[in-house]
Amino acid sequence: MTAFILKRLAIAVPTILLLIVFSFLLMEAAPGSPFATERGVPPAVLANLEAKYGLDKPLIQRMGIYIYDVVVNFDFGPSFKFKDRTVNDLIAQGFPVTLTYGFWSFVVAVAVGGTLGVLAAVFHNSWLDYLAVGISIGAQVLPNFVMAPILVLIFTLWLGWLPGGGWRGGQIEYLILPVIALSTSYMASIARITRSSMLEVLNAGFIRTARAKGLPMRRVILRHALKPAMLPVISYLGPAFVGMITGSVLIDVFFSTGGIGQFFVNSALSRDYSVIMGITILIGTLTVLFNLLVDVIYAWIDPKIRY
Amino acid sequence: MKRRTILSMTTAAVLALGLSPAHAATVAEGDTLAENQTFSYRLLDQFPTLDPQLNEETAGSHVLRQIMEGLMTQDAQGNLRPGVATDYEASENNTVYTFNLREDARWSNGDPVTAQDFVNAWRRAADPATASPYAWYVELTQMKNAAEIVAGEMDPSELGVEAVDDRTLKVTLTKPVPYFPAMTSYATLMPIHMPTVEEHGSDWTSPENYVGNGAYMLDELALNEYFKLVKNPEYWDAENVIIDEVTGLIINDVNQALTRYESGEYDMLEPLPAGTYPRLKEERPEEAKSVPRLCSYYYAMNQRPEGPPELKDPRVRRALSLAVDRDIIVDQILQGGQQPGYYFTHNATAGFEPPEIDYANWTQAERDEKAKELMDEAGVDGLDLKLIYNTDENHKKIATVVSQMWKQKLGIDVTLSNMEWSTYLDVRREGNFDIARVAWCGDYNEASTFLDILTTGQEQNDGKWSNEEYDKVIAESKTSGDPAANYKKAEEILSEDMGIIPIYHYANTFLLNPAIKGFPMENVENNWYVKDFYRVAN
Amino acid sequence: MLAGRPAVEAAEQAAHMEPVKGRSLWQDARTRFFHNKAAVASMVILVLVGLFAAFGQFVTPWSNEEIDWALLGSIPEQGGPSWENRHYFGVDETGRDLYARVVQGTRISLMVGIVGALISVVVGTAWGAIAGYVGGRVDTIMMRIVDLMMSIPYMFVLILLLVVFERSIFMLFIGIGLISWLDMARIARGQTLSIKNKEFVEAAIATGVSTPRIIARHIVPNLLGVVIVYATLLVPQMIIFESFISFLGLGVQEPSTSWGALINMGADNMRNQTPWMLGFPLAFFVVTLFAFFFIGDGLRDALDPKDR
Repeated sequence: MTAFILKRLAIAVPTILLLIVFSFLLMEAAPGSPFATERGVPPAVLANLEAKYGLDKPLIQRMGIYIYDVVVNFDFGPSFKFKDRTVNDLIAQGFPVTLTYGFWSFVVAVAVGGTLGVLAAVFHNSWLDYLAVGISIGAQVLPNFVMAPILVLIFTLWLGWLPGGGWRGGQIEYLILPVIALSTSYMASIARITRSSMLEVLNAGFIRTARAKGLPMRRVILRHALKPAMLPVISYLGPAFVGMITGSVLIDVFFSTGGIGQFFVNSALSRDYSVIMGITILIGTLTVLFNLLVDVIYAWIDPKIRY
Repeated sequence: MKRRTILSMTTAAVLALGLSPAHAATVAEGDTLAENQTFSYRLLDQFPTLDPQLNEETAGSHVLRQIMEGLMTQDAQGNLRPGVATDYEASENNTVYTFNLREDARWSNGDPVTAQDFVNAWRRAADPATASPYAWYVELTQMKNAAEIVAGEMDPSELGVEAVDDRTLKVTLTKPVPYFPAMTSYATLMPIHMPTVEEHGSDWTSPENYVGNGAYMLDELALNEYFKLVKNPEYWDAENVIIDEVTGLIINDVNQALTRYESGEYDMLEPLPAGTYPRLKEERPEEAKSVPRLCSYYYAMNQRPEGPPELKDPRVRRALSLAVDRDIIVDQILQGGQQPGYYFTHNATAGFEPPEIDYANWTQAERDEKAKELMDEAGVDGLDLKLIYNTDENHKKIATVVSQMWKQKLGIDVTLSNMEWSTYLDVRREGNFDIARVAWCGDYNEASTFLDILTTGQEQNDGKWSNEEYDKVIAESKTSGDPAANYKKAEEILSEDMGIIPIYHYANTFLLNPAIKGFPMENVENNWYVKDFYRVAN
Repeated sequence: MLAGRPAVEAAEQAAHMEPVKGRSLWQDARTRFFHNKAAVASMVILVLVGLFAAFGQFVTPWSNEEIDWALLGSIPEQGGPSWENRHYFGVDETGRDLYARVVQGTRISLMVGIVGALISVVVGTAWGAIAGYVGGRVDTIMMRIVDLMMSIPYMFVLILLLVVFERSIFMLFIGIGLISWLDMARIARGQTLSIKNKEFVEAAIATGVSTPRIIARHIVPNLLGVVIVYATLLVPQMIIFESFISFLGLGVQEPSTSWGALINMGADNMRNQTPWMLGFPLAFFVVTLFAFFFIGDGLRDALDPKDR
């Protein structure tokens, strides 16, 4: 197992380095400047700004300095737009928020989606199955940029039950709407995956044997069927995690949660290079690590996997 | 950097004669104050900084006006009123200003606000080490040596400002600038508490460290979420400040913002979602407001050598302008009290006399007919124009409508090209367009803030339209006894040659809780101070 | 590998059996598919949507960019669906015919979905089949490239690409093409690994068939079932993906539009008493995606012998 993890880490490191170089060069190629304004910036002022942010040095040197700072010091440099803050400050503020609602969405998606999927498979071809399939496809096809405003319309304006946005340190009432909006489509995917893999497992020989022996259905499912049926779900968790983080773009815009997504979009639009790169690298690294974690769990659950 | 020029003499005279009373909120007779004195409003985007010298945009300026105070502030009509300075004397030729600072001005930590705090701040703004994006503003004041300091050729201590004593600030300018006192109300020239900056470095702007001298103090700040200000007990006029707490909510999606306003979460939503003003005016007549805002919207036509040759023909430019039905745009698309634009300067600009524009009084049918005639005369056929605009609901609608007007009336094909802000600025600056959507907001309330940018060689003149006569008239206005006449003439030349296609003059549409009183509806620069507000019980 | 007699025999056998076996398998699958009512209904819907996209424009006098000046300014009151002025779906917020815009948006969205799926089928299948069949170091390198690309936060990169470069439908296809084939490559490789040791492949090798030919003639046809199922499920994902891009304002240029752009416009006008602006595009979007999902599920059930 250790060798397996080490081997995967050995791949992860160059991946992340490539990602750093790639995002750096992409930013280099981007038209527009972080200092551009409607009125234009006089050359002397522009020169001062460029000197302050080290943009007057040659490309290779800047890239070297940047990679060194990121890798050795975990320092993503100062933000170009948020003049009195560093990228690390911004990430420290936004990332815990995204992680919090991302985590809860994840839990909700797995719990609800998993249950729905299992129920649909166990009661295959019953009204429950059709309902579960209907709900899961419905949840998947309703765009969340349509759902989010409807949620706020209902729960904030008409019913007055929940705040329509904000975060306030992640209090529960501020958490509910973002979690609903973010989790539904993943819940739906998980339900569909669980359903089909559960169906497969239920038709497998060992389950039939177990049932033939007269074990109660519930016991069969919980003791025997659930674990193998969850395997494909686990391999979906990697992409789902990335999706949740990506989804934060939308959640932050609609619910003013102040997560990483809003910082990303704003900095991409205003060419705040250091913030864009910082977030891209952070998310990329986490994706790599999370995929690694998923592989490890997968290998741990399914001893047939060789590593 | 001679972007701004002398204000009209009338304005200057007002400044010299006297200032409006300094005091904060005055409760109107018959109003009963509410128990809970709070004010909350929506912001589109997070302001990047609350460091006055580093600030470069409106959202931050709004907050800075509450938590910092410059030498001067503005009243409800946009006139100057005393801030930290009680009064000032200008030298005969407006090159030396001496400001007298009030005795009781204090920082939020209790330290007195001294003349040296202004000197420090202004040097800091010009210092290349600070790298303020608004360093040009210091240059613009014509303060002695400012340009050299920004360029790194002189030490910041050489700046033409000195603290004669704790209560006297003396400013030396290289040129007469009669509106210099007005410029001191802007964020860049607000004072700074250097000990705090030195102690905390760039962290000084966080709520636990912030030391300001405004009516409010920064209490909480969560980026992209909200911030909260509380009343500053050390403020010199604290006893007249009625609102205790100010909250700003950052809500990026404007429809979401409207829903939350309607749920009663906060007091002011500005601006309104595109096209909702008529409905809101009907549903909430007390709350929906539309006031003039000092910005003009126009289409620039590329006059660079590599631009389309057809657009170099004034007849084609005129035809394009005539074919734009501005009434449709303001009455049916924007629907928020905007004014159709037939000339560049905003119609509500102080002291501006609107020019006589012939086609402004024609019917649209007459204009269309003339436009077709002009196109035939010019012999242009099969024109295909690239129209660029930055991503925005209103820009998209206007571009859509205008492109159809040109297509249907003049047979011109228009390729719409929507880009996000930074790319758009870049493309526009490089001249990679035929028609570009542009808006210009006045930096101060006088016509030259608009008209100057269309003179030859101006950075902001992205269409690169150039007209000798226009340049001459504008140049003369700087020394003229009656600049208004020059402005009028300039507008007529502009319209005759159709250097740009004016589209409309802005209005600010917003929702304001009727319980909030004291909002400066007549301040066309949209500068407001919460210390003037109060909340009535209803 | 030994090219002994039994292998040759097997190859001969396989050569005879393969078409027969293949045909019956596909026939079986077809029968099963047509027994699935939801899938068949979805098929019909999809054909109708396709016809709508292809010929819908012929039944309206309005183009997708023409403004009905008579309605502009009173859209909430008069802009709704109407037979008299032949705005079957009403008009959009700038007075353009919504029916014509939905027709054109359907074209773009279907195209995005299908192009995405096609790229994934072509590139992904080839990539996975080659990696899986050739194996060894080639396999390792090829799959590491896939791993590497999968760990790129693609949505973030796509946002960057669209923000940085002037956006166009072409850019969107590049962005979609970059990511859509990755999963397919993994799936195809896994399937190839299980096929490559089957007798008919070994037989082909034994008889000296060249590697590219084996991949093209023996491996790829046997991947088709899985590939088709996955591609069908990929189409709706691509369409959802495009709608998200449109929501961010990074989609196709005006006056062109897509379902995502139309739905977004409708959602913005949700409170303006113009329900048709959201209703029609959303209905098309939802119904079509439902259909794709049902067909995908139907195909999987039909092609997966395990579920018999």
